[in-house]
Amino acid sequence: MQVEFILNGQRIELAVEKNEFLAEALRKAGMLGVRQGCNTSSCGLCTVWIDGKPTLSCSFLALRAAGKSITTIEGVQTEAKEFAAFLTAQGAEQCGFCSPGFIMTVLAMKRELTTYSEEAIIHYLAGNLCRCTGYMGQLRAVKAYLGVTE
Amino acid sequence: MKIVGTSVPKIDGLAIATGAPVYTDDLALQHALVIKILRSPHAFAKITAIDTSKAEGLSGVACVLTYQDVPKVRFTLAGQSHPEPSPFDRLILEQIVRYVGDEVAIVAAVDEATAVKALRLIKVEYDVLEPVLDFVTAEGHASVIHPEADLRCNFDIGLHQDKNIAASHKVEVGDVERELAQCDVVAEEIFFTQAQAHAMMETYRSFSYLDHTGRLVVVSSTQIPFHVRRQLALALQLPASKIRVIKPRIGGGFGGKQTGAVEIFAAIVTLKTGKPAKIVYDRKETFISTSSRHAARVKVRLGADRQGNILAIDIQALTDTGAYGEHAPTVLGCIGEYTLPLYNKTKAVRFMGKAVYTNKMSAGAFRGYGATQGTFALESTVNILAEQLNMDPTEIRLKNIIRAGETHLTGHGEALGSSTLDKCIAKGKQLIGWDDKYPRTVVGTNKVRAVGMALTMQGSGIAGIDTASAEIRLNDDGNYTLLLGSTDMGTGSDTILAQMAAEVLEAAIGDIIVTTADTDIVPYDPGSYASSTTYVTGTAVINAAKVLRQAILQQGAEFLHHAVEDVEFDGKSVTTLDGAKTISLPKIAELSVLGNGKLQLVGTATFGGEVSPPPYIAGFAEVEVDTLTGKVELIDYVAAVDCGTVINPNLARIQAEGGIVQGIGMAMFEDVKYDPAGRMQSDSFMQYKIPCRKDVGRIRVEFATSYEPTGPFGAKSIGEVVANTPAPAILHAVYNAVGVRVQNLPLTPEKVFLGLQNL
Repeated sequence: MQVEFILNGQRIELAVEKNEFLAEALRKAGMLGVRQGCNTSSCGLCTVWIDGKPTLSCSFLALRAAGKSITTIEGVQTEAKEFAAFLTAQGAEQCGFCSPGFIMTVLAMKRELTTYSEEAIIHYLAGNLCRCTGYMGQLRAVKAYLGVTE
Repeated sequence: MKIVGTSVPKIDGLAIATGAPVYTDDLALQHALVIKILRSPHAFAKITAIDTSKAEGLSGVACVLTYQDVPKVRFTLAGQSHPEPSPFDRLILEQIVRYVGDEVAIVAAVDEATAVKALRLIKVEYDVLEPVLDFVTAEGHASVIHPEADLRCNFDIGLHQDKNIAASHKVEVGDVERELAQCDVVAEEIFFTQAQAHAMMETYRSFSYLDHTGRLVVVSSTQIPFHVRRQLALALQLPASKIRVIKPRIGGGFGGKQTGAVEIFAAIVTLKTGKPAKIVYDRKETFISTSSRHAARVKVRLGADRQGNILAIDIQALTDTGAYGEHAPTVLGCIGEYTLPLYNKTKAVRFMGKAVYTNKMSAGAFRGYGATQGTFALESTVNILAEQLNMDPTEIRLKNIIRAGETHLTGHGEALGSSTLDKCIAKGKQLIGWDDKYPRTVVGTNKVRAVGMALTMQGSGIAGIDTASAEIRLNDDGNYTLLLGSTDMGTGSDTILAQMAAEVLEAAIGDIIVTTADTDIVPYDPGSYASSTTYVTGTAVINAAKVLRQAILQQGAEFLHHAVEDVEFDGKSVTTLDGAKTISLPKIAELSVLGNGKLQLVGTATFGGEVSPPPYIAGFAEVEVDTLTGKVELIDYVAAVDCGTVINPNLARIQAEGGIVQGIGMAMFEDVKYDPAGRMQSDSFMQYKIPCRKDVGRIRVEFATSYEPTGPFGAKSIGEVVANTPAPAILHAVYNAVGVRVQNLPLTPEKVFLGLQNL
């Protein structure tokens, strides 16, 4: 089936299976920054934005993307690199496999929250698992990026 | 030191963080065949009939392989130096299947949907056998899991096939029974540690193809490219010269990728079909059909005098290696090897144990590698002993720990090169607020806070075995290429090894191209495991860089028509001591490769450690326990770390924080569980919980640096030691809070609650 949507600001048409999830479709479309760590909506690696909202693309049917605006990390490279500099300054990317999904969530949080506290940050990011870093370095990076000093 | 000791960001950090396509699946050829595996639904069975005709007839299917199609040569998937200690007890596919999830058939098709469809068309009949599911009763069970006549070991590991014993081990110095009988106090306890899943974010995956000369190229998310090449050569009966293994960036390993999980399937499909093929395990396959930490039962007896001198240590272990024996003898041995040397005022010590086969997924290497299991048992028992002696747990340790310059009974008289473990204890105590908080504080009507602690050690590479080579080359335009076989799995080893080379050559990090983990290109390295890369590969890098530095001096002197003694090198140019004549590094490089030098400058070195210097950690936990529900909240965790010189403080800190959180997961949440028929129940992140950022409280890491005389710039390892203290420290804290001593991990609210009710 054909599905048409906006991908990183450009209209595209993709051939997808009716049972295909968006994460796979996006990877087929060359968005290899979209990673998958599970297929049970548990890990947050596949986070992309759908109409600006962070969404787990591993459990979102590709067909449902019709008419929507999808943003992957490839579409926000400047901003992603800006935050990634804070992340790498802590060494908190480690294996990097979860980083794109994590960064998409951090950038969405920056837009969505009006004030940033440590507690609010941890709560917002709780759905993004990381097996390498132990989360402390990520928190240091996010706080530095957002200018949170508490 | 200019670069060593600074927090250089990872050289690959920005790219991998922002989604660069540099991992195995990103690099796979677009039209590669997709491989799926048909797995056994039975824990133990013999295939009596297998019909693949319908699957083979399906349009788009390239091949269907069964046990009849594979070489009949047994091998091990354990990534270990030759001769591998692990038993050669596997075939690629076999008529006997030994756990739910064991491979029955390999299917390759043009796409995933076709491959999955083909799996359903394979008809298999089984003679179902009685499985062995409880490792405590595996020895001497009526079912013999490995009855095959062609199982073999490279040397005696105490394997007894007929009794389901994969390995056995004993080391004793002095007479433990006699010493224990004479001790004033003996603490004795049995502990159980569970199987733990690595749960690295990038699941297992590999793809392969034949290159322009018909050689097999395998690109894999692995920690052990050279070992994978050897495994493939044996299992596929192919000369190693016909195989090239490449490791791109990988999404975590933690020891899981020290066992070759999937390479063999892609490789055999490529060989049979001549076509590129890839295999990507989903999360469920990663949980049920790869490897985990060895579950263990560890019994400890500690004898001491009234003054708290620990005089005898006896550790007896039983580990569950599952269906195959990958890492069985060595993980078993490490339970004793990385615990007995902690306390050295002893008159006698003993470690003995067995690893048994069961009809469950094979265990394997996992960060900590036996030390984790042994530390949990030993340190929990030290805490019991302290209580029996009415001593502060930190005091009994300060009284008994090994110090730099001292020996220990199982150490063959070798004096310890470095340790600041005493400082670690002091630092950790202070940070956690031990003197104010030990043992407990009631903070509400049903809330109690308490602290607990544990020590640990690990090694730095495997003494006498791990041997790594490094090559560094001066390129035509004056920069360097560092060629290494070590496998950065996110740890940052490529970066810290470049820091070491840069330090020696007085170069900038950006002047060093780091090329790693391609068996066609780089010199041999066993791979990144056993806490070896900083210490073993690092020393090789330093030595290689020194050789190159000397060669640059020599070449520069010749170009300047001076003796080598009359010139110096500052990283940028070679200059005569009087400053009169100078030649820049790019000029030396240029003249060497294409001018009148005619000698491209290369430094190579090979290093293997004669010793394996232990890093140390003192870990301290503060918990809050709800006395009504048994719920435990981790408030604060402090780790004071002695890893020698810290090569890159940020990266070392992240290693420590990450390892601690894996330890916290093992202590409080993670549990590989099976149903009564042997099917793994914890096969997704829904059923298998790894810590999320809300579960871990605050973690603080402090370094108490020592200088290891045999280490690169005085460094020791950091990668594994960090996983070991959380379980004993957290359980100690819970005991101090509410008097409930949980002896079987993980510590769940249910266990604490039942303990509170004395049930």
